[in-house]
Amino acid sequence: MDWMQIIAALALVMFIVVLFPRARHMIKNSPKGTSSDWMSFVIPIAAVVLFVMLLIKLV
Amino acid sequence: MNQNLSTVSQRSPSAIATNKVLRNTYMLLSLTLLFSGFTAAISMMMNMPPMTYLISIIGGMVIAMFVLPRFANSPAGIGIVFLITGLLGFGLGPILTMYASLPNGGNIIMLSFAGTGAIFMGLSAYVLTTRKDFSFLGGFLMVGFLLVLLAALANIFLQIPAMSLMISAVVIMIMSGFILHDTSRIIHGGETNYVLATIGLYMTIFNIFISLLQILGIMGNDD
Repeated sequence: MDWMQIIAALALVMFIVVLFPRARHMIKNSPKGTSSDWMSFVIPIAAVVLFVMLLIKLV
Repeated sequence: MNQNLSTVSQRSPSAIATNKVLRNTYMLLSLTLLFSGFTAAISMMMNMPPMTYLISIIGGMVIAMFVLPRFANSPAGIGIVFLITGLLGFGLGPILTMYASLPNGGNIIMLSFAGTGAIFMGLSAYVLTTRKDFSFLGGFLMVGFLLVLLAALANIFLQIPAMSLMISAVVIMIMSGFILHDTSRIIHGGETNYVLATIGLYMTIFNIFISLLQILGIMGNDD
């Protein structure tokens, strides 16, 4: 294991530690979505997945 | 009638302010992306070593997390955004040099670039036309992002190529979610600071580009 991997691992740990309280705050304060809200999220994300698959075919 | 007029007069300044935040965000985002391209080109010309990427990412993220929020409401915030995006662009240089040296490298870079642009513009247009409120995604996306960071941390030690591919695919989906969430926050008045809005959207574009490069790089060279 080289020093770059160790630094990358330490940086990731730092980001996780910093982001964890923010994530907890967002979970507590985010409004709940209805099934229609979730559908309006799933459809564009599915389109993105299909688009990435198209890009893979093109490369 | 009077009530209607007062409602219109109360809403108008807010709508104008929201449009101003959106316009300023897209203006600053365009400039920072151009600046990143410029610093990436300099980094490629200087033939910087691969560790530049790691150092730039860590430097950029530390400044974005700890320095930018203190200056986000002052003109210095714009300078700090250019510092962060310039640094991240500079870090991209060695990665782009590495991909450019692959047999199909030019094509992979161009497809990743065009694909990132298409994803960003498509999702932004979706939010701007439907005007849906995606604030409910906040917690879900943050948890997903933390799980991805944990998986990436584990893969530093495990070194599984399939897991790396899976992480890149999930990052694209999560960052796409963040584009919906952040754009929706701007148009619904949840984000009134265009400096913070710009850095949020820039990070999503940067992460989608890097992940697409990785996916297309792996899938385009497996024969």
